[in-house]
Amino acid sequence: MSFISYLINGISLGSVYAIIALGYTMVYGIAKMLNFAHGDVIMVGGFTIFFAVSMQGLPAFVGVLLAVILCTLLGITIEYIAYRPLRQAASSLAVLITAIGVSYFLQNIALLIFGANTKAFTSVVTIPAVKLANDQIIISGETIVTIISCIVIMIGLSLFINKTKAGQAMLAVSEDKGAAQLMGINVNGTISLTFAIGSALAAIAGMLLCSAYPSLTPYTGSMPGIKAFVAAVFGGIGSIPGALIGGIVLGIIEILGKAYISSQMADAIVFMVLIVVLLVKPTGILGRKIQEKV
Amino acid sequence: MKNFKISKNMKDNVITYGIVIAAYVIMQILVSTGHVSSLMQGLLVPLCVYVILAVSLNLTVGILGELSLGHAGFMCVGAFAGAFFSKCMKNVITFGLIRFVLAILIGAVAAGIIGFLIGMPVLRLRGDYLAIVTLAFGEIIKSIINVLYIGKDSRGLHFSTKDSLSLGLEPEGDVIINGAQGITGTPKDSTFTIGIILIILTLIIVLNLIHSRDGRAIMSIRDNLIAAESIGINITKYKLMAFSISAALAGVAGVLYSHNLNSLMATPKNFGYNMSIMILVFVVLGGIGNIRGSIISAVVLTLLPELLRGLSNYRMLIYSVVLIVMMLFNWSPKLIDLRKRYSLKRLLKKNREVQ
Amino acid sequence: MKKFKKAVSLLAAAAMTATMLSACGGSDANQGADTQEAAGAETTESAGGTETSESTGASFKIGAIGPSTGGAAVYGIAVQNGADLAVKEINAAGGINGHQIEYNFQDDECDNEKSVNAYNTLKDWGMQMLVGTTTSGCCIAVAAESANDNLFQLTPSGSSVDILKDNDNVFQVCFTDPNQGVGAAQYIGTNAVAEKVAVIYDSSDVYSSGIYEKFAQEAANQPFEIVSAEAFTADNKTDFSVQLQKAKDAGAELIFLPIYYTEASLILTQANGMGYAPKFFGCDGLDGILNVKNFDTALAEGVMLLTPFAADAEDEATKSFVSAYQEAYGDTPNQFAADAYDAVYILKAALEKSGAAPDESVSDICEKLKGAMVEITVDGLTGEAMSWDSDGAVNKAPKAMEIVNGNYSLIQ
Repeated sequence: MSFISYLINGISLGSVYAIIALGYTMVYGIAKMLNFAHGDVIMVGGFTIFFAVSMQGLPAFVGVLLAVILCTLLGITIEYIAYRPLRQAASSLAVLITAIGVSYFLQNIALLIFGANTKAFTSVVTIPAVKLANDQIIISGETIVTIISCIVIMIGLSLFINKTKAGQAMLAVSEDKGAAQLMGINVNGTISLTFAIGSALAAIAGMLLCSAYPSLTPYTGSMPGIKAFVAAVFGGIGSIPGALIGGIVLGIIEILGKAYISSQMADAIVFMVLIVVLLVKPTGILGRKIQEKV
Repeated sequence: MKNFKISKNMKDNVITYGIVIAAYVIMQILVSTGHVSSLMQGLLVPLCVYVILAVSLNLTVGILGELSLGHAGFMCVGAFAGAFFSKCMKNVITFGLIRFVLAILIGAVAAGIIGFLIGMPVLRLRGDYLAIVTLAFGEIIKSIINVLYIGKDSRGLHFSTKDSLSLGLEPEGDVIINGAQGITGTPKDSTFTIGIILIILTLIIVLNLIHSRDGRAIMSIRDNLIAAESIGINITKYKLMAFSISAALAGVAGVLYSHNLNSLMATPKNFGYNMSIMILVFVVLGGIGNIRGSIISAVVLTLLPELLRGLSNYRMLIYSVVLIVMMLFNWSPKLIDLRKRYSLKRLLKKNREVQ
Repeated sequence: MKKFKKAVSLLAAAAMTATMLSACGGSDANQGADTQEAAGAETTESAGGTETSESTGASFKIGAIGPSTGGAAVYGIAVQNGADLAVKEINAAGGINGHQIEYNFQDDECDNEKSVNAYNTLKDWGMQMLVGTTTSGCCIAVAAESANDNLFQLTPSGSSVDILKDNDNVFQVCFTDPNQGVGAAQYIGTNAVAEKVAVIYDSSDVYSSGIYEKFAQEAANQPFEIVSAEAFTADNKTDFSVQLQKAKDAGAELIFLPIYYTEASLILTQANGMGYAPKFFGCDGLDGILNVKNFDTALAEGVMLLTPFAADAEDEATKSFVSAYQEAYGDTPNQFAADAYDAVYILKAALEKSGAAPDESVSDICEKLKGAMVEITVDGLTGEAMSWDSDGAVNKAPKAMEIVNGNYSLIQ
């Protein structure tokens, strides 16, 4: 019986990773950059909702809406100021480093505004928990909402990319920026749009992360951000269904590793499995094979 | 043409060594005349540590062209191996210098071996996948050290991965590595002079490697893997060579680090991915593949947060802004153009006037 | 590009020279007595330190160190503010032996190396006594330095025994880790609080793993059994479902939490989500849980903790401290703030006892204070009649508290 509840805990942790990983993978797939500041945008989303709902007493949906708007604007601004000037830089590492700078910046500005004290986040989810098998197995409302949102977002994103003009433009940009430009696609606009969507997803992820684990500090986003990055790589970075699968698998491995092997080594176990998977399948579970040419 | 090239390399290397030696001489004079603050004196050894780390990571990132986010892991191995040795031998080898030299060798060898073992399977991955796997290894190393308990008593060494009680030590036994509490009481053997000597050794190793036949083979892998393979270069061998040397040098830096502080713990702050990323920042900011740039940016970025202490709570915020601005200034193609057009010309003109 | 590199190296050289020059000012470089107002001091420093303030020589210089940025910032900022409040009060009341106090807090980001840098910065500033450091790991590293300089160090919250080992210049305000672990085990045993006990601790933290170890050792002599001991790490501290599930499966009636309140608040929430309601028992790190903004205090109902300080205590000293703190910094003080506040008053008592004067050398002051520390008895927020052994450990009685109706109440 406890195995099943570990499994459910794993899925609920994994679904949080998955929803963060969706944003990661989206930006990576199109802009080809690891946005290390993604986790911190999540934190900004969490704080916005906390400020609006818990401190100003606004209704939850208004708070979420505000967070989505703010994060979207933030994402576009970050891209414009810190990433765009480096898009043509000699090395793709340059933009990775500015992303780290942006991450430090967001953490420290939140520290100055909100202080270091932990804030307890009031869950915005009002669905009651599902209890099965004589209360032995409990699936929390947050888990249900997170999994459903994951699936909805995944389907929505896939449809958006494959069926709309803007989505097709994104695909084109991800294939070849130069060629896309020649075909009349506004590359800068498309990448801005990617960041806008990625950051809006970060706001939603922030809401779900903080609802599931209701403790909010300026550093809340950084570790889940890294884990989600691992999840995205796990599933094959750039692949949208891969992010979902990667996230959930990662969550399950982490919980089962903690339960049956060692609670101190949970992260080490996760990373170990990641290494093994990548050695067998070098581009992740659903990643595309890279063909190299001279 | 060939002669010209060698002399240019020579000149370049001489400047790099010159900067290090000049910095050493100036600092020594200032220290002996009492013109250096305690803060700067305390920072001298850490500066050496970060310079070695930056130069050694540049070997992987700049020369071999592979992104590694696990450099702090090798530093961690070196630090713990060296500190472990020194603490065990504290009463056996009382002459500090010999003990420390041995500790450095042990740290370097341990980190080099781990680098070799990790490099063997992972170096066939490319790009961001390699980055994430090295990050993973770094975190695994840190996790393992955090659950490692080693004690010593008259019956020998005892190991455990649970807690220090399960070591079953005799009452007078000594816990050397106490899990997350790490190693305390490492002798403070690191000095600025040794640090500078290690920097110079690192430079000799790295610069000579770059300008050797092996170095050119490594760079050919960076520039075009398939082409390099097709002319018969043993990719695995050279990749592993660069990666293990880089790891061993990081181990040296780790030994220097651990013998500068009384207590050594593997925290996310000092040996986690944050530190690996920080070292990468030194390398990228200084110019990928540019050894002298790595040295300078490691020094500047280590000093910067200390110089900003006067800003109290705004310190790290300003630091992050400066980091972003420096990156944009150094790497943005548009700004590079602007710089070329204006400031360089002016500089050149001034130079001509002087001449 | 090459020219640019040259320019950068010049800049770097200039920056280094600037630091060194500023150091020429030596101990009297005026950095502003209060870090809260020191934001502008950087200009003074990089300007080359020519602006040396008149060395009054009439004030004691107390330094403090803790993390005010990074994941542990909450503790460092509490120490920063707690000590600041005490310094302001003492100065307003006429100082120590008629001398005012200058106070300077430095950030160490909870990193050993940065902590030593912070210590050296304070030394350059002219620090005579150190209130710090906040966290145990950093404190061990800094204590080695201060012992070397023979500079008096009083740590508000560094609780590891390694801090005191071989360092006779270092004293503690808080209990040592073994003291807390043994105390908790004895309390649970003698009061028969529970028979089956589970422990959840942070194996990557010196404080937490230190307490756990001693708790487990002492538990063998007590009439209860540890049925599950599960750890978490600094990198993995959001999901506690496994640790709780294991405790539940093992039938634990009580969970011992030798951890800080940030994680404890998550554990309480998650246990509630699982429908698992054991008793929770913690140490001083748990204090502050009721002040987590927006935390549902009903979840903490019945939590027991051994702590020297509780912000809701009814005594006059605590009340006035809490209200002054809230007014000045807008937050409810936690145990760290109280420890730091006490530390400054302990320094005051020791300085008064020893009759040390600010113009004496650091080492002389240290020697005098060492002698005075073992003689004084201080009533503070974190304990009545606190006294010290010559090895630096504090003697005070731990208070067992229980959270009842959202307030701490003393268990007699």
